Amino acid sequence: MYDENKIIPMIIVFVILVTFPLWYNLGKAAAKPDPKIDTPVIRQMKEKKCLEPKATMKTTHMKILDEWRHEVVRGDYKRLYTAADGRVFEKSLQNGCMKCHSNKTQFCDQCHNYMEVKPFCWDCHIAPKETK
Amino acid sequence: MGINRREFLRIAGIASLWGLGGQAAFEILKPGAIEAQARAPLSQGKKWSMVIDTRKFKTPEDFQRCIDACNKTHNVPKVANVRQEIKWIWTEKYENAFPDDQNQFLPESMAHKSFLVLCNHCTDPPCVRVCPTQATFKRPDGIVMMDYHRCIGCRFCMAGCPYGARSFNWRDPRKFLKEPTNPEYPTRSKGVVEKCNFCEERIAKGLYPACAEASNGAMTFGDLDNPNSEVRKLLKENYSIRRKPSLGTQPNVYFLV
Ligand code: SF4
Ligand code: SF4
Repeated sequence: MYDENKIIPMIIVFVILVTFPLWYNLGKAAAKPDPKIDTPVIRQMKEKKCLEPKATMKTTHMKILDEWRHEVVRGDYKRLYTAADGRVFEKSLQNGCMKCHSNKTQFCDQCHNYMEVKPFCWDCHIAPKETK
Repeated sequence: MGINRREFLRIAGIASLWGLGGQAAFEILKPGAIEAQARAPLSQGKKWSMVIDTRKFKTPEDFQRCIDACNKTHNVPKVANVRQEIKWIWTEKYENAFPDDQNQFLPESMAHKSFLVLCNHCTDPPCVRVCPTQATFKRPDGIVMMDYHRCIGCRFCMAGCPYGARSFNWRDPRKFLKEPTNPEYPTRSKGVVEKCNFCEERIAKGLYPACAEASNGAMTFGDLDNPNSEVRKLLKENYSIRRKPSLGTQPNVYFLV
């Protein structure tokens, strides 16, 4: 009634196909992201300091950018950001962040690719000419 | 005087960046530090407006200079297909610019003249009223602003604007940018509407709109609510017309004829 000669091999092929991604990547953990801050502007800084401490920037930069765009475009139109320690910056991705981080591929893309997040900022905002 | 001040601001800006050598390139002086050194900053107006002295536009180059200045500043793409064209500032014939005002016998000088037109930043803008997401909104200083982040591309605003001042990006505008882009200003993306923003990004820095700057004094920008402003002076001393006044949108672009 059943053609086990065919069914068993078919099941085996099916299982292999379905689990292929699992064992194919076994032992090959994706390289940890390694964002670089080695740019001409950052190199020149006596004290390599971003707007806020590194840990804050790591977890909150997207929120800061989102707040900035809201405030600049349709909030209070104020363009200056005062950091916790009193330093003043221009609220701008293109004219702010990217002036220091002029290495988008080595800085932004490192983590974004790793995390598979594709922010559409770059559809409009012009990425800097990469400088090493 | 105006030019001197702009020069001054530019130099002051550059100098202050130099002075900050060891710090971040975009870290700037305390808010207002630059502006405090000049006269009242341009960034404080209640009702921005433009006065265009059409008598001072003589040759096609006079128009083109202003148009190019805007397009370059804002990375406005040059799409050859007229149905997909992107226009922030452009020229119209008299009968299209001022269709309400058609006398049977117009002076020759008017009938064949071109007029520079742009978004009127209307006081009562229909484009704002019809936008379902408030991507188009009116700022307290009179600028009718586009928030490209929020535009869903429904194009109601284009239907609402009686001046054709808005353009839709049918295709990725970056493909149509031949000249080097201005890295200081974004491009737009496919599927959003765009238009003249009265150079709000320049006003924020105390600079005059790019078109006005390129116009050799033929375009004047200022605060209509300030009785001492240059625009008010011009309107007091000259006869001016506006586009389609019967619609009640109260345009804030005036034409001296
Ligand atoms: S000219 Fe058109 S786009 Fe500009 S504010 Fe008036 S209605 Fe809106
Ligand atoms: S005001 Fe600025 S954005 Fe508007 S047409 Fe002039 S240059 Fe272009």
